[in-house]
Amino acid sequence: MTNYLEFEKPLAEIEGKAEELRAMARSNEEMDVEDEAKALDKKAADLLVDLYKSLTPWRKCQVARHPDRPHCKDYIEALFTEYTPLAGDRNFADDHAVMGGLARFNDQPVVVIGQEKGNDTKSRIERNFGMARPEGYRKAIRLMEMADKFGLPIITLVDTAGAYPGKGAEERGQSEAIARSTEKCLQVKVPLITAIIGEGGSGGAVAFATANRVLMLEHSVYSVISPEGCASILWKDAEKMREAAEALRLTAQNLKELGVCDRIIDEPLGGAHRDKDAAIDSVREAIAAALADLSNEAPEVILSNRRKKFLSMGSKGLAA
Amino acid sequence: MNWISNYVRPKINSLFSRREVPENLWTKCDDCGTMLFHRELSDNLNVCTNCGHHMAITPRDRFTALFDGGVFAEISVPEPIADPLHFRDQKKYPDRMRAAQKSTGEKEAMLVAEGEIGRTPIVAACQDFSFMGGSMGMFVGNAIIAAAERATELGRPLILFSAAGGARMQEGILSLMQMPRTTVALQLLKEAGLPYIVVLTHPTTGGVTASYAMLGDVHIAEPNALICFAGPRVIEQTIREKLPEGFQRAEYLLDHGMLDRVTKRTELRNELITITRMLMKKPPRVVGDLPPPDPTAVQTATEAAPQETAKE
Ligand SMILES: [Zn+2]
Repeated sequence: MTNYLEFEKPLAEIEGKAEELRAMARSNEEMDVEDEAKALDKKAADLLVDLYKSLTPWRKCQVARHPDRPHCKDYIEALFTEYTPLAGDRNFADDHAVMGGLARFNDQPVVVIGQEKGNDTKSRIERNFGMARPEGYRKAIRLMEMADKFGLPIITLVDTAGAYPGKGAEERGQSEAIARSTEKCLQVKVPLITAIIGEGGSGGAVAFATANRVLMLEHSVYSVISPEGCASILWKDAEKMREAAEALRLTAQNLKELGVCDRIIDEPLGGAHRDKDAAIDSVREAIAAALADLSNEAPEVILSNRRKKFLSMGSKGLAA
Repeated sequence: MNWISNYVRPKINSLFSRREVPENLWTKCDDCGTMLFHRELSDNLNVCTNCGHHMAITPRDRFTALFDGGVFAEISVPEPIADPLHFRDQKKYPDRMRAAQKSTGEKEAMLVAEGEIGRTPIVAACQDFSFMGGSMGMFVGNAIIAAAERATELGRPLILFSAAGGARMQEGILSLMQMPRTTVALQLLKEAGLPYIVVLTHPTTGGVTASYAMLGDVHIAEPNALICFAGPRVIEQTIREKLPEGFQRAEYLLDHGMLDRVTKRTELRNELITITRMLMKKPPRVVGDLPPPDPTAVQTATEAAPQETAKE
């Protein structure tokens, strides 16, 4: 059962009709619908190409948030072997919004950290919809320190709407936790590679994504604020999210031009959720290339290049 | 060591610059409602003389009150690219900028200066909430880098007064990038062994709190300042309950271990002098007549002309 996005409604109708025809044919052997169904398939395929040819920023946000999109857990399971989760911030709790631990990437030991949104009601609640609390950032800090100590590259998978606007999260100092996690990213001397696989939401994302290489999936987004939040502040109307998404320049394509994203990873036609394996394979290839790229650099150079990169951020704007 | 090549030498541009305030005007305290003379209020650093409520103070007025004799040299901040995203909401970003410049008389949301407090050389940066909510964009990033660079160059502590609604949305992702960007600048200052003291003033929220405002060696807040990442309204909408009185205020953060101290604005200067002198291993400040010369007090300081036992 495919979950269709709002803008995919026409596609849903055509694909639905084709499915209906085939279902009818299955129950009635007299019927020959294959030609008609094939014509519909063709129409659907053309429409899919058309829809995804130039997605508006707001549509990209919807694709990035698609419930069927491969999530952190899917990537960890497919890209790594011997994944050994390591829990807790040694202080207060283990944050289930943040997955992390030791693993092997193409046999090489690494530390992997990422936000997991969950894929059904139960797991979404357990994962707090991928929104970390302070413990999540502090777990990440602990894991980054361990990676640094043992010289293991760090791979982060970013997919979060942002930090959690909750009472306890504020009480336990999420500002400080985010600030320290970002700072830790700027202290480790091992390669740090980030793949933004869905949503890169504000401080919650930057705390994980201050990396040597920031890779973004084609339809992922990365922004200082959600389009809805921006719209309600600047337009005083949360329904103006389309305009806000446009103005914020949050697409991978815009961010590449601004130097925030280092590489865009192509998604299968119709988005990563239409062919999870293909999407995950592309991410595997991009991470491997980034790791190979950094493998010959001295630890001090890896760190100083990362710092220089962020210090010079913003030296170019978008073309007029 | 220079991180920004077009760094400009500071120039003294503020000598006893406290603005003349008309005698006959009154301001109503927005907390207790008492009518206060402008002069009385500004002499008390915009703190209500009746209830102690801390009202906003401009960076220029703060620096005038902070630095010895009101003398400070402004450190110029390199100009970032204007409107890098060609941002437009209901207004164009450049129009919003011009309106803010006109209403504040300032170029941008942060002022950086060097000078002495209690004869202790420092570099200070102060965020201006009245300029587009003090929002952190490329300019604020450049200002913090310039401040950290200058402090490192002179071997001085950096004192930063934060005040912001958060990141500047009109600069989109580039405003978010100021979180790591300013963090790098502060790391270089810290690695040079120099103190970084943050004074959190009302309000300090969002990405500012989640970066340079929470990375100090010492965190001091002004009384009742709102300090948070997510604002109270956003939280109330999320959890659908009313937050307790004083939630996310300075005293609450002090209770929860996020601050070192909550200090009244009128006592802040003395406290900053005391703390910076200890962190810089300087002898206690001398108030009043100069003591007899003490040869052991002479240290190898990095300043050109160390004034170890000067009087105020
Ligand atoms: Zn009052």
